[in-house]
Amino acid sequence: MKYVDEYRDPELAEGVVSAIREKSRTPVRFMEVCGTHTVAIFRSGLKELLPETVTLISGPGCPVCVTAPEDIDRVIMLCRQPEVTVATFGDLMRVPGSDSSLHQEKARGADVRMVYASFDALELARKHKDRMIVMLGIGFETTIPTIAAALHQARQEGLENFLVFSAHKLLPPALDALLSAEEVHIDGFLCPGHVTTIIGTNPYQKVVNRYGKPCAISGFEPVDILQSLYILISQIEEARCEVEIQYTRAVRPEGNPRAREMMDEVFEHAEGLWRGLGPIPQSGLMLREKYRAHAAESHYDLTVPPAGEMPGCRCGEVLRGVCTPPECDLFRKRCTPTDPYGPCMVSSEGTCAAYFKYHPE
Amino acid sequence: MCLAIPAKIVNIEDGMGTVDMAGVQKKVSLILLEDAQVGDYVIVHAGFGIHKIDEEVAMESLRILREAAHLLDVEDPAGPDEVTVTGFGTEEGDS
Ligand code: SF4
Repeated sequence: MKYVDEYRDPELAEGVVSAIREKSRTPVRFMEVCGTHTVAIFRSGLKELLPETVTLISGPGCPVCVTAPEDIDRVIMLCRQPEVTVATFGDLMRVPGSDSSLHQEKARGADVRMVYASFDALELARKHKDRMIVMLGIGFETTIPTIAAALHQARQEGLENFLVFSAHKLLPPALDALLSAEEVHIDGFLCPGHVTTIIGTNPYQKVVNRYGKPCAISGFEPVDILQSLYILISQIEEARCEVEIQYTRAVRPEGNPRAREMMDEVFEHAEGLWRGLGPIPQSGLMLREKYRAHAAESHYDLTVPPAGEMPGCRCGEVLRGVCTPPECDLFRKRCTPTDPYGPCMVSSEGTCAAYFKYHPE
Repeated sequence: MCLAIPAKIVNIEDGMGTVDMAGVQKKVSLILLEDAQVGDYVIVHAGFGIHKIDEEVAMESLRILREAAHLLDVEDPAGPDEVTVTGFGTEEGDS
């Protein structure tokens, strides 16, 4: 496969690993903040290749996992409305709210449809004028423009029965929150490639300028990740601190302005509520006044009580990089991918699921 | 989940493209791209093209990478440590 096979080449990986071993002197801890990176790191087993000086920790990169339990409860409220059809990406189906999941609700008769893209939900709205189609807006900056584009189209067409429930999250404010909390020591970030394809390098400047932590924008193949680690290590050994793009084939420094305009047209910043991290200012999005008629909360009262923690589940700490999956007492016992208890095991890109799959007992 | 495999545009009709991704054909909206053409490789997320790959940039970055990775072997044939990396990332359908 073009642009892929080259970055899976073991010989090339070996070269980069040697370069890392040559360069690395200072003990460092880098955090990856993208679920796809988490899976790629575990699957390739590349941690085993790194020198002892380099530790990798997983952060809040799985969009489904960081969705607050209260938002899952709101989604459950929505799907219980008789005229509502919920359209969602597949990963969210089994994530537990306080007392149910979409999967359970569907089994009980709720109309929940898995869609491949936001335009499929638009199509549902065109076809079923008697239904309220609620697209669930879960995801980071990579997904947000695709939901925004659907809202833009819906407004143009006057599709009044197309609604969005926006629980979107912006990544850079979460990095800020992690660093300012000082709960976990982080020397640099492996930043998500496709989020940066949209936002560009500018939003990471604060991490670099205020906190002095290097950022490498990384692709998803093993060699991409190794090269990004090499970039971070080089910056630290050479006392530099910058945002550097490893994944140049998919990321421009300025990002994708057209996608950002679409986001901006439809959404404005709001407080975001994260599982594990709590409320973070300016890390969420709500629909602008002009689009407010398409917001689920304009049609339904979605007030929910604060959700309690799930007893025993340490997913919140896993998402902050404070705890690793085997440190949770339920890991591999009450909580497995076939019978998951917490969200970090439910999602295929959750840290607990990735750890389970690629670390045989 | 991010799709790390770039897709090749094989057809465009009314702003919607058909792409080929490792042999699988999919409908993709091109509305977030400036100037996508048939034959271009694009990064796809949730049914939308979000980036058009510039062939020259891609080749150049690969050249830099190869140089960085092999430079060590040239200067220091033994390498600092013997490391052997065996094929990874080959699990199909998982990326
Ligand atoms: S193993 Fe399961 S219960 Fe434990 S932290 Fe992970 S998701 Fe939660």
